[in-house]
Amino acid sequence: MAESVTKLEELKRLAPPAELRRAPVVEGRPNLGALTDKLSAFAEGKTPVWWWMFFLPAAFAATVIFPTCLFYQVFTGVGVWGNNHPVMWGLDIVNFIWWVGVAHAGTLISALLFLTRQHWRTTIGRMAEAMTVFSVMMAGLYPAIHVGRAWFDWFMFPVPNSNDLWPQFKSPLMWDVFAVNTYLVVSSLFWFMGMIPDFAVLRDRSVTRIRKTIFSFLAMGWTGSARQWHNYEKAYVVLCGLCTLLVFTVSSIVGLDFCTAQIAGWHATIFPLYFVIGAVFCGFGMMLVLLIPLRKWCGLEGVITMSHIDKVAKLALVSGLIIDYIYLMEFFIAWYSGDPYERWVFGHRLFGHTYMVMGWILIGVNVCVTQLLWFKKTRSNLALLFIIGLLINCGMWSERFVIVVGSLYQDFLPANWGKYMPTRWDIGLYIGTLGAFFMLYLLFVKFLPMIPISEVKSVMPEADPHHPLGGAKNGGRK
Amino acid sequence: MSDKIYGIIAEFDSPAAILCAAEKVRDAGYRRWDTFTPFPIHGMDKVMKLGNSLVGWVSLAMGAGAFASVAGLIWFCNAFDYPLIVGGKPMFSAPMTFVPSYIMLIMGSAVGALVGMLGLNQLPRLHHPLLDIKRFGLASRDKFFLVIGAQDEKFCAMETRKLLESIGGVNIAIVEDSD
Repeated sequence: MAESVTKLEELKRLAPPAELRRAPVVEGRPNLGALTDKLSAFAEGKTPVWWWMFFLPAAFAATVIFPTCLFYQVFTGVGVWGNNHPVMWGLDIVNFIWWVGVAHAGTLISALLFLTRQHWRTTIGRMAEAMTVFSVMMAGLYPAIHVGRAWFDWFMFPVPNSNDLWPQFKSPLMWDVFAVNTYLVVSSLFWFMGMIPDFAVLRDRSVTRIRKTIFSFLAMGWTGSARQWHNYEKAYVVLCGLCTLLVFTVSSIVGLDFCTAQIAGWHATIFPLYFVIGAVFCGFGMMLVLLIPLRKWCGLEGVITMSHIDKVAKLALVSGLIIDYIYLMEFFIAWYSGDPYERWVFGHRLFGHTYMVMGWILIGVNVCVTQLLWFKKTRSNLALLFIIGLLINCGMWSERFVIVVGSLYQDFLPANWGKYMPTRWDIGLYIGTLGAFFMLYLLFVKFLPMIPISEVKSVMPEADPHHPLGGAKNGGRK
Repeated sequence: MSDKIYGIIAEFDSPAAILCAAEKVRDAGYRRWDTFTPFPIHGMDKVMKLGNSLVGWVSLAMGAGAFASVAGLIWFCNAFDYPLIVGGKPMFSAPMTFVPSYIMLIMGSAVGALVGMLGLNQLPRLHHPLLDIKRFGLASRDKFFLVIGAQDEKFCAMETRKLLESIGGVNIAIVEDSD
């Protein structure tokens, strides 16, 4: 007791003035043992009622609506969707870009913020990575069935065959195949590797034989020796670097799919950047939607603190402002280029009678609602932030709709114009992917360590051998 | 139960204590020892003289291999096996192969990082003698362990135990090798 009092006194003496202090990563100063209990509590405890309330509808969408729409489309043909000449890319591509976008913020939080040594990211990193993995799964599905004959998907891979068919590697659509598959593999590896030490934590804590067996299997014999940590940390930093590259690569390639086409509204060099930032913005919206309820219902308010939410909101604001700048540039270039087709397309985004609603949702949410995040009052109001998160997702969805459909339905020849309206199968499939995403996410939250236990502990002052709370004497000086 | 000895384990309370103990064990001339902690301890690499991990090199090799293989594959497919003219562009040029090769470089390096990490750590393994020790479960919680292996040249059950006691280790016990 006396020892801990002197430790605290020493700590007070050494602490910087209040205005220079950073918000603690974990509130309430739990010791390492209590923190371990707190972080593993949800995965070990009884399944709460709210979990079932969300899981059952999500599972229904994932296991009934999703396969129904999927198989009906595969067996019948793309004609069941609203896609038709001239709008050959409809909701399938809109949703593909949207899901890839949701994934990006997860990688940004877990990888880029690790490289920049943002300690606060540790508590939300795992949840962000899970969001990435599951949304890339949903994204990858769309191009696979959008080709119309899903049984020919293997044409996209360089598989030796008797027809002597090889993919055409000069096309960005081909690069997409590589990019999305790589994104899925790398983000899953990163997610899994981060969990190995935490599987060991759950293995060591498990009381039932079945839990012990499962987590022993997943932890693969991890003991936490200094040599293991040494290699692990190196692998982790390498994977973070690679994932950071992916944040900027995958959506850029999706952007290239568009800007290599000659269609007015697509043919712009800004597209790769546009898609990356849009993706990140959308993902931060989804992050707010997931974090705000889960921190409350899982009893993690001391771990995912208001300061975390505040920072995610600020990142959403920054990416939103870049998006606003890009909108401005798009309209400016359309006007400045003097190209009548460009001007026509951009004029019709906001004032055309068919899809102007989508255009105004885009402006209303991504430009106007985002500005609310400037205010501290907004960033500390959880209900409002949750709604803003939902709106950002809607806004970004409508942006993709405006880009994809808005440019295709009126091309260079008026005789070629047409309309696009999604059918129930389009919408059903989207609901199905949403259900599958939330089902997987809820399973993750319930059964896997959703907060990186060892990583959070490693950024606590108790883990620093040169800090009084880590047992150092004389303020860590020898 | 075999009577082979794996080593002697000692428990410490704080990161500073285990770091200090590691320094002393190293200075005492032991070579086959390791520390077991719930998270990486800052400075432990230097104390244990672990040098630079080889994981980076495994990752680089796999990444470079993937990059070269995909560039080669594209040449084989589009320029050699079935030459294909697209938009009047050359059959094969470096910029055109860059994007897929670069993407596969990322894939290769990532797999290399994970496989390298697991390989160098000799994982997955089905069993480890330390996992039989009841208190060792706390190594993933809030305790810090130091194990001196029986294969060390200087290892002597009495002397080593004395050393561990003198540097502040508690719950010192002999670990039996059950393999």
